[in-house]
Amino acid sequence: MSGDVLAITEHRQGELRDVSFELITAGRQLADDQGGDLHLAVIGGDVDTFASELNRESVDTIFTVAAGEEFNHDTYTQITEQLYAEVEPDALLLPNSVNGLDYAPAIAGRLDVPLVTDAISLSRADGTLEVAREMYGSKVETTVTVDADTAAVSIRPAEWEITEGEGQGDAEVRSFDADIDESAVKSTVTGFEEVAGGDVDISEANFLVSIGRGIEEEDNLPLIKDLVEATDATLSSSRPIVDNGWLPKNRQVGQSGKVVTPDVYLAIGISGAVQHVAGMKGSDTIVAINTDSNAPIMDLADYAIVDDLFDVVPQLIEAFE
Amino acid sequence: MKILVTVKEVAEAEDEFEIDGLDIDERYLEYDLNEWDEYAIEEAVQIKESGDCEVVSVTIGPERSEETIRMALAKGVDRAIRVWDDDLASAEMIDIGTKADILASIVEEEDPDLVLTGVQANDDSFGATGVALAETIGFEWGAVVNALDLDRDDGVAHVRRELEGGIEELTDIEIPAVLTIQTGINEPRYASLRGIRQAQRKPLDVSTLSDLGLGEDVLETPVSRTAMYEPESEGEAVVFDGNPEESATQLADLLRDKGVVEG
Repeated sequence: MSGDVLAITEHRQGELRDVSFELITAGRQLADDQGGDLHLAVIGGDVDTFASELNRESVDTIFTVAAGEEFNHDTYTQITEQLYAEVEPDALLLPNSVNGLDYAPAIAGRLDVPLVTDAISLSRADGTLEVAREMYGSKVETTVTVDADTAAVSIRPAEWEITEGEGQGDAEVRSFDADIDESAVKSTVTGFEEVAGGDVDISEANFLVSIGRGIEEEDNLPLIKDLVEATDATLSSSRPIVDNGWLPKNRQVGQSGKVVTPDVYLAIGISGAVQHVAGMKGSDTIVAINTDSNAPIMDLADYAIVDDLFDVVPQLIEAFE
Repeated sequence: MKILVTVKEVAEAEDEFEIDGLDIDERYLEYDLNEWDEYAIEEAVQIKESGDCEVVSVTIGPERSEETIRMALAKGVDRAIRVWDDDLASAEMIDIGTKADILASIVEEEDPDLVLTGVQANDDSFGATGVALAETIGFEWGAVVNALDLDRDDGVAHVRRELEGGIEELTDIEIPAVLTIQTGINEPRYASLRGIRQAQRKPLDVSTLSDLGLGEDVLETPVSRTAMYEPESEGEAVVFDGNPEESATQLADLLRDKGVVEG
């Protein structure tokens, strides 16, 4: 066992994503547990610029791999397989991002190593890898033990600190020539589109009234709109409301919607799924109205009302009229 | 054309629950069709309605999960396969690789042009079965698909993949392929009474591992769940007590204090 860790960073449209720097934190910690080095790889895009941004104190090696501008799972899978053969790490770390979901299982399968996804912490003691992850909509945490010399783990974005210190490291930067079998590339990215535009920018609002599944049906929307009007707030929502077509996509807060940082975020009938929390946890003050005192949103809330929103919201409207 | 939709019966925990060993006590769990899979079923049925196509569903699950898969049949799936046996029932954990191997043997039997599956299951949230299956069977794939335009003549699926931050990626994927379907891609239909009646008459085969030519070794995995616990509450929320009027008054005062609401 080398104890080494190989982490594959992520970038989009010319910028490294935050999870890349979180991978450094998670990777360093695991490499220390295993007594090995931390190797990063950056695949595609402006790899030299990315390598200098990634060069932080805790990184030992950075592999740069020229391979087009953007993520393509067919090339990423092939390149990662070859990097893995070069480094022979004891752990392969990947982001549990949308693109991570699009290639981590393929790599693990190809390398015939076990995969544990969506890790919220990880460690290795006495040779055994332990990964903490959540189940049942964040209601419980589990420990998953991997009894194998090597494993692939995808880490949940925004769960680790970002390792700071751009350009301060003295990592060895190595250009890696991958051999791509073009006949195995059967998907082509043809473009990107921003879909959350529109007349209202919820990321600019200082007071958001945000609704989730708890409002039950579209007919209850006018009640919330009355509250929005009475308080001069901006209306936003969690994903199911947008999936149901009750509000447009530009109102969605979360991983696949907007990241918001209002002074006050009033979460009404929102349980606090991790994808939603990713978009609103930077709010200055979080208030939750929910019947379930154990809902994950309660862990984030600064203030809470544990009661039926259909009883509380009319009273709140009245307080401002 | 044939589409295989992999579906899963998932457990949902009640608001209040107890943990018994490595799982939530059975008394506090309710079972339902995985939300993401509902969208995958709907997508397949819509493709079927637009042209000559058979839709087959497969699930790995105990007898109880037949209720779930009947729901898929009621929504327009033509026939269904359930994989289960004593070995699966006694397995500690059916991990990603095992699921992919089992589903791969179904793909081998059915020879579909397209496999649709939900992005993830909302109980264990591994989010990996679809892409792992694609790798196992040598199909192309696409994960987190929120729009699908299938060009059968050219053998290409034009998809949109929902990235983070309100950005969608447009990708062309050669079929045969596995696509993992994101919620919101369509509006899943309710099963009609007629559909529910018809579902009772549609074929539902039960296969064991040995029926599929798989040995017990397919269940071997180095991955195991060794603990389950309630997360330590980090919450230090100030809870506004009282009846709705009283708690709303306290909240109104807070909103005024914070300066976000006047009056």
